[in-house]
Amino acid sequence: MSASMQEIAERKYKYGFTTDIAMEEFPRGLSEDIVRLISAKKNEPEWLLEWRLKAYRYWLTVEEPDWSHIKHPPINYQDLYYYAAPAKEAPKSLDEVDPELLKTYEKLGIPLNERAALAGVAVDAVFDSVSVATTFRETLAKAGVIFCPISEAVREHPELVRKYLGSVVPVRDNYFAALNSAVFSDGSFVYIPKGVRCPMELSTYFRINAKNTGQFERTLIIADDDATVSYLEGCTAPMRDENQLHAAVVELVALENAKIKYSTVQNWYPGDENGKGGIYNFVTKRGACRGKNSKISWTQVETGSAITWKYPSCVLQGDNSVGEFYSVAVTNNHQQADTGTKMIHLGRNTTSTIISKGISAGKSDNTYRGLVKILATASGARNFTQCDSLLIGDNCGAHTVPYIESRNSSAKVEHEATTSKIAEDQLFYCRSRGLSEEDAVGLIVNGFCKDVLKELPMEFAVEAQKLLSVSLEGSVG
Amino acid sequence: MLEIKNLHARIGEKEILKGVNLVVPDGQVHAIMGPNGAGKSTLSYVLSGREGYEVTEGEVVYHGQNILEMEPEDRAAAGIFLAFQYPVELPGVGNANFLRTAVNAVRRKRGEPELDAVAFLKQARAAIKSLHMKEDFLKRNVNVGFSGGEKKRNEMLQMALLKPGLAILDETDSGLDIDALKIVAEGVNALRNEKFSALVITHYQRLLDHIVPDVVHVLSGGRIVRSGPAALALELEARGYAGLEAA
Repeated sequence: MSASMQEIAERKYKYGFTTDIAMEEFPRGLSEDIVRLISAKKNEPEWLLEWRLKAYRYWLTVEEPDWSHIKHPPINYQDLYYYAAPAKEAPKSLDEVDPELLKTYEKLGIPLNERAALAGVAVDAVFDSVSVATTFRETLAKAGVIFCPISEAVREHPELVRKYLGSVVPVRDNYFAALNSAVFSDGSFVYIPKGVRCPMELSTYFRINAKNTGQFERTLIIADDDATVSYLEGCTAPMRDENQLHAAVVELVALENAKIKYSTVQNWYPGDENGKGGIYNFVTKRGACRGKNSKISWTQVETGSAITWKYPSCVLQGDNSVGEFYSVAVTNNHQQADTGTKMIHLGRNTTSTIISKGISAGKSDNTYRGLVKILATASGARNFTQCDSLLIGDNCGAHTVPYIESRNSSAKVEHEATTSKIAEDQLFYCRSRGLSEEDAVGLIVNGFCKDVLKELPMEFAVEAQKLLSVSLEGSVG
Repeated sequence: MLEIKNLHARIGEKEILKGVNLVVPDGQVHAIMGPNGAGKSTLSYVLSGREGYEVTEGEVVYHGQNILEMEPEDRAAAGIFLAFQYPVELPGVGNANFLRTAVNAVRRKRGEPELDAVAFLKQARAAIKSLHMKEDFLKRNVNVGFSGGEKKRNEMLQMALLKPGLAILDETDSGLDIDALKIVAEGVNALRNEKFSALVITHYQRLLDHIVPDVVHVLSGGRIVRSGPAALALELEARGYAGLEAA
């Protein structure tokens, strides 16, 4: 690649650098031994090892799902590394974190130094398989909030982890969830005690660095009665020619009157313009509104990954509970996204809102897939769904696949869908006012996504807007 | 000065402009009138660089630059502004955001410092006041749900903020009531000075009561067939376009 080509490629994906740091890796491939090794590495209790093995044995018996609108060569699960971590002992405080890692996060725009950090946002930084730093822990501890790597939570708060881990996404839920349950290495754990409004935004920043390594993080967030929390995750990875696997599980539990807002800005490496490389992102995210009047709100901005397969969902068990899903999914070049949500209504007067904005450009394929299921117990349930697709160019695809099942005649379900193209006259109008074609596309796309972007925490909305424009660079003209 | 020399342009196979010659010195307002299908809108789109119009012959020079080779956004930066006959809606795009993005894009290209939000709002509010518009214009989405008159006023607001050297008004008066017409005229007249010129394209004479042109041209069959003083517009109004080709 010539120097200028490199420059252009990097401008498009500015997080594509690698960090040169001594790593500890387990041997390639997956076996019971590897599962045991991961568990032993983390000094896990016996019950968790058993839980992992149960998941692994189940995984061996099931096949990769094939119902989604994506295509990829078969993944050789024996060719991957399942554990990679910076070789040094886990740091006990921020001062001990390897300067090379601090620099990495600095470059990513996530300073881990608390003085330099974004005010009001606590960060857990996960690098390949382990958490390398968590900021503002003392401030949070004062409010009774637990925010730590999940491996630490297993040791320090076993009763909570044992009670809730796998309670929303069981090990047998699906192929990738079973895989994750067997080999997950780190992720974030959050517990907000009764009556506490978390004083800061919580965020986890996931970084895949090592080659041929899968990242399998596990996030568990519990908001006890009357608790409120807003959580954001960000993800990036280096530009590599081979595809890398990311199979995460996120579980949210909201008890009575609790509110969880979970926002994602997903910017894994999408592969190059010819579809070479990029992350395979197979993720299971689900929240349970267990208590009355509880609320779970998912907001996602998905711009990265070669393949995105994820359906952040809500199980609305508590009466009057509320589920929301706001999504922007952008695909360009050869990216494929099959994403949406499931809203399962069990409790009475439960309501759900789905706003999905899909943007396809280049030769990409973008599918919204969503299920609204109203069970017989869910009297007075309501759902409103709006799916809008925007096409840029003539070689991309947009698909909308809604499933609606209602077993209660008092339920109300509304579905609206539109598909549009960026019109030539809109582009010309903007350009005649001095905007470049790419700025014009950025403006129009951001306008299209406004209803979703306004749901993001303010600190991240601006970042997300920029990300949208960058992701679509080179998509017109 | 704008100089159009022997301009031929076509859409697909169909030749629309068949050798337009026109000179608009700085400081002057020229009106272009003509029957439907004469090529009036084509001329405005060719001048502003819309895709789909192929120039087969001739040149257009503005302030010494051959603008036909320039991208639409570079023409905007060079000072050319097209007020659209049918302004386009941009759902979800706030008017203030759009205007500021446009103003700063143009300022960047002109080598001027960008305006911060405060400085921009100050200018925008002043322009809104002078155009007798409501301030909520800035908060609404670009042209979405605007009435015909509001859309045209929004064009004038953009023009006031972009401060063009050459404004092309493409039948800006179509569909306007008399009050809106006056506001459009005020918008243009407020910019009139020795450095500003305008091409006012219109089907009817009534706009020219309010924007009094220095010269009136008649475009018919893809050519300028007649040019004259402001009074020519009145004559056309009285006698119609019929028979002009022969004249």
